[in-house]
Amino acid sequence: MKIDRRSFLAFVLGGAAGTALSPLPWKLTDDLAIWTQNWPWTPVPQDGEVTYLNSTCTLCPGGCGIRVRKVDERVVNIEGMQGHPVNDGGLCTLGLAGVQLLYGPTRVTSPMKKVNGSWRKISWDAAIAEVVEKLSDLRAKGLPNTVACISESDRGTVAELFNRFLTVYGSPNFIRTPSIQDSYELALYLTQGVPAMAGFDVGNADFILSFGSGFIEGWESPVYMFKANSKLRDHNGRMDQVEPRLSKTAAKSDKWIAINPGTEGALALGLAHVIIKENLYNREFVAAYSSGFEAHKKIVIDGYPPDIVAKITGVDTATITALARDFAGARKPLAICGRGKGKTPGSLQEFLAVHTLNALMGNINKAGGIWAVPEPDYISWPELGMDNVASTGMQQRRVDGAGSDKYPHARYLLNRLPEVINSSQDSPIQMLLVASANPRYTLADSQSVAKAFEKIPLVVSFSSFMDETTVNADMILPNHVYLERYEDVPAARGFPKPIISLAQAVVDPLWNTRHSGDVIIQIAKQLGGPIADAFHWDSYHACLEESLADKWDTLVEKGYWIDEEFVAADWAEAFETESGKFEFTSKEIDALPQYNPLKAKGDETFYPLVLIPYDSMRLTDGYIGSPPFLVKSLEAYILQTNDVLVEVNPTTAKEYGLDDGSVAILRTPKGNARVKVQHYDGIMPGVIAMPRGLGHSAYDKFLAGKGANYNALIDVLEDPASGYDAAWGIRARLAKA
Amino acid sequence: MKQENSKKFGMVIDLDKCTGCGSCMVACMAENNVPFREDDTDKLLSISWMRVYTLTNGQPFPRTEACYLPRPCMQCEGHGGHSPCVSVCPATATDYDMETGIVSQIYTRCFGCRYCMAACPYHVRQFNWWDPLWPDGMERSLNPNVSVRMRGVVEKCSFCIHRYQLAKDRAYAEDRRELEEDEYQTACAQACPAGAITFGDLNNPEHAVHQMVKPDNKHGGKPHAKNTFRLLERLGTNAKVYYLSSRDWVRHAGDNYLKNEGILKHS
Repeated sequence: MKIDRRSFLAFVLGGAAGTALSPLPWKLTDDLAIWTQNWPWTPVPQDGEVTYLNSTCTLCPGGCGIRVRKVDERVVNIEGMQGHPVNDGGLCTLGLAGVQLLYGPTRVTSPMKKVNGSWRKISWDAAIAEVVEKLSDLRAKGLPNTVACISESDRGTVAELFNRFLTVYGSPNFIRTPSIQDSYELALYLTQGVPAMAGFDVGNADFILSFGSGFIEGWESPVYMFKANSKLRDHNGRMDQVEPRLSKTAAKSDKWIAINPGTEGALALGLAHVIIKENLYNREFVAAYSSGFEAHKKIVIDGYPPDIVAKITGVDTATITALARDFAGARKPLAICGRGKGKTPGSLQEFLAVHTLNALMGNINKAGGIWAVPEPDYISWPELGMDNVASTGMQQRRVDGAGSDKYPHARYLLNRLPEVINSSQDSPIQMLLVASANPRYTLADSQSVAKAFEKIPLVVSFSSFMDETTVNADMILPNHVYLERYEDVPAARGFPKPIISLAQAVVDPLWNTRHSGDVIIQIAKQLGGPIADAFHWDSYHACLEESLADKWDTLVEKGYWIDEEFVAADWAEAFETESGKFEFTSKEIDALPQYNPLKAKGDETFYPLVLIPYDSMRLTDGYIGSPPFLVKSLEAYILQTNDVLVEVNPTTAKEYGLDDGSVAILRTPKGNARVKVQHYDGIMPGVIAMPRGLGHSAYDKFLAGKGANYNALIDVLEDPASGYDAAWGIRARLAKA
Repeated sequence: MKQENSKKFGMVIDLDKCTGCGSCMVACMAENNVPFREDDTDKLLSISWMRVYTLTNGQPFPRTEACYLPRPCMQCEGHGGHSPCVSVCPATATDYDMETGIVSQIYTRCFGCRYCMAACPYHVRQFNWWDPLWPDGMERSLNPNVSVRMRGVVEKCSFCIHRYQLAKDRAYAEDRRELEEDEYQTACAQACPAGAITFGDLNNPEHAVHQMVKPDNKHGGKPHAKNTFRLLERLGTNAKVYYLSSRDWVRHAGDNYLKNEGILKHS
């Protein structure tokens, strides 16, 4: 057959038309669509039996009740517990993303030992034996006090077990990580003579005056404060924020009072001046239940008239006077302090200034005020039988200097530890136990911290995660994560009533981890003698059940135990000071260096700007790293690819030729970082701000290597009155890259 | 089904209470198996059914003000169920359910033309440019009530409709036909630590959402309560997400006025 042009075209066109009219192309398109939607690597979640278990979130000291949803043995979701006194169904970003920590890629899956710089898995028996050997060794040498422990908390059975172990072993060096509870406890102790935790009856206040606190950004128990803020809105209450930057708290406040950074205490004293001068204070409280008022009055009347305060703070006199009158005119005014989430203890005199403002209004231990909440007292273990080594060791000075003549009031001074180690030939700490803390990341001046930690011959981490401290440790004895373990939560930070909650194991441990409480008991038992005798329990679980005694059943069933009837002590019984009254001033307070706004470190000519940090609910800045959902939820004005954005006022940016979005180098006396410039009207000219919680070198690819760590850029600023770290910022320079 | 007898699930977000913390976003991601990537900072490519925007009043220091605005799917009804996205979908992968007032999305029908993304005035819809991948072991956290979306399809907020179905199943099992208000709540409403999100049936006068906005169904659901507004009201999308704010400039920023308006930033 001859194929000519005509028949060829007829064949091709006819074939094309025929195919088009047949179902074939449609079938192929459909198949293609189905095929592209059936990638075998797209997971199909397994179905199963759904159960709900009550527990407590321990990712921060907030103490929220949680309800964990499981499908068969998988944990798929965490919700807030309805009706829980702290969070009543609400939950923060971190608590909601908790499952990602359980199943995430940064878990430590087995005990490990560093051999020639790399990690090797070892058995629990071998790991514990090695730790025990080192401990016996140091004890035999008469150096028990060279063992230290860093822990986020000093309350609750696990922290108490660590502390008990150190004591009976012979070391006074149990160190709690710093936070505003250091300053609040001290302020309560000095003015009211009580060892107590600060509780805030925010739900009943009608005017909250916050001196830089991130009231709705993670200050104290975050969700409790969120709820209180909403209650305030419902009752037409008022919240004013004093801060150099328009934070989220400032943005949601009724009035944002922009203040020169670091001068908040002066404003508090200025308000006291107006309140006293205009006789707006609570006469009954001051007359009958306080002492030292006249001396305090003299200090604020002479030293802090509005015009002087205006000069220090940059807040004009009219605002100061009006604010003082409004505050004093409110029915339940409450002043709070501790910047941001309260990670830095801050200046003691500033805390005293704010606390005495509450006292002037008689708002101590009253509805809507600040309450002295007694320390939890359910842990009563048998007395320790101390041997000679232990007694001698315990008589040694604390390595951080807390309680010494120079720092008589401080209980723990972790901020001083790096300097102490770096300034001595041999490290005064030969062995360091780190439990629920990540000091390599969270302490100021990361370089010095790293240097100090390198000098410690043996660092043992109890972390569940490969955080900065753990990666650089010598041995890891990994704890279960909170969803795999039982633990008591002895209080909820800032919550005005005594509450004990129970974290319950909702899932079997995924990896070869062990409860830190058990590990300490096992170490003690192997050390033998009086140390073993101090730990009579077979397991941590037995210890926990025994400690919680009659509360155990309630805790297992409900998840929490609360002293519902609790009301803070009446003024007549509340104060255990020498005078038996609230002390505006006293011998002890007079002995402290007077209030002076602390200046940021750094040379003003070379570092013309001031860098301050800010906290975000979408970033963790404690020992738990941000899980992927948190990093994902970050605003585009916080992180862009791997660059953190630094907020600069447009007028300042213009002065230094910094375009919006441009790359710049941020320099401080402690370090440099590559950053991006973010023009922001809400930041005071001359001040720049960056978020805390970025710049991790450890953790997974979703967090590591993103942005810069604020802590690596700042230095410790020792509070002359307490020794605590009072750094609120540092001088800085920002230049085009 | 006739509109009067049907349900119209809607949401009221109190911007005076919202703190911009992001709990709604994270709760949503965890509930709905939203994938995450190593770099999720380009917000035009990052999938988030709920997104919290930051609005500012554009004033210089220290008169600057800011407000945070959570934005789920508005579940537009348009006129008679003609939502902007539903009208343009060539695959019938998205539909307006007259019984609940929820705009559905059927992933296996979607072939990724993204017309709906162009049509949606709220940037609610997002496209899966990449395979959803979880680090080894993390897929154990996935919720079996919500299917994982594959590369090449569009997804969006569903008002957690699977929770409605589960609640209804439970009710039927207990021989009930009607749900209590708290039996069906979205993950974001449940998680919000500030209690800023209220969810319920706008057609039910006993539900909080109805009382808070007093919607006028005869006039496209316009809110009658004080300080309430909807986003881009003038487009006539007849959205079911209402906002409350006592600040004038925030309410003003809710629609496209030409001059002197607040600046809407990408979150």
